[in-house]
Amino acid sequence: MRDTREALMVGRTSDGRAVRRPVSPHLQVYKLHMLMVLSGSHRITGMALSAGTVILLWFLIAAATSDAAYGWFTWVVGSPIGYLAMFGWTGSMWYHFCNGIRHLTWDFGVGFEVPELYRSGRAVLVGAAALTVLTWVGIFLAR
Amino acid sequence: MTEHTTSPAVMRSKLGQARGLGAAGSGFHHWWSQRVTAFALVPLTIWFVWSCVHMIGMTRADVAHYMSNPLVAGLMIAMIAVTFHHQMLGFDVIIDDYVRDDAKVFTKLILKGINTLLGLVAVIAVLRIAFSG
Repeated sequence: MRDTREALMVGRTSDGRAVRRPVSPHLQVYKLHMLMVLSGSHRITGMALSAGTVILLWFLIAAATSDAAYGWFTWVVGSPIGYLAMFGWTGSMWYHFCNGIRHLTWDFGVGFEVPELYRSGRAVLVGAAALTVLTWVGIFLAR
Repeated sequence: MTEHTTSPAVMRSKLGQARGLGAAGSGFHHWWSQRVTAFALVPLTIWFVWSCVHMIGMTRADVAHYMSNPLVAGLMIAMIAVTFHHQMLGFDVIIDDYVRDDAKVFTKLILKGINTLLGLVAVIAVLRIAFSG
């Protein structure tokens, strides 16, 4: 049987010619580690947040339109699915927020050593979880 | 281009620095805009989430009254403008990674159009709410 990794040897040279070498990055080969999950999560939460702007848009349009439109919006957001979406939104928001600050610190050229990356990564997870919990404490108190 | 600056923090060639351009001819502005908008979104996001929690349980009239405060309306519009700008910069980066050639330009233009339109709608909705309250 041929080596299944051959299926990944489909690289291209800069002039577009096919060449037998692995394409990179190839997630099937690398062992999953925390730093790559954090990096991918930044992009995924960013996209989730842009989906969230559609909910913001709905809120603003409903509030600008009529009591009925606004009532329908608050009913949907107050439903279990609405709560789930809001939980995803706040979680994504605070994760992207904390990891974004981590990115901004990197722009100053600091924190690139591997132990530092793991430390800042754990700080992001703790920070995002704490801010999400804090937000939901606020939500349940305001309700 | 063998000679580079002595500072290890600066990885661009002297020629690149003098022109203010990278190897691709442009790109610094995109990178810088993403950073500036990210920085601006730090306080704006905190205010926005606080604001959303504050508006829980409000009637539509209450929301209008809250947003009729010029500071609130101004911050909301700033948050919308910076968010929509920042997310378009993010879309650019994602499209650069996954879409090629002509389809890339097309995808970016379509998304830019939709993004700008939705941002405008959001701002106008805020103004409408603010002036009604």
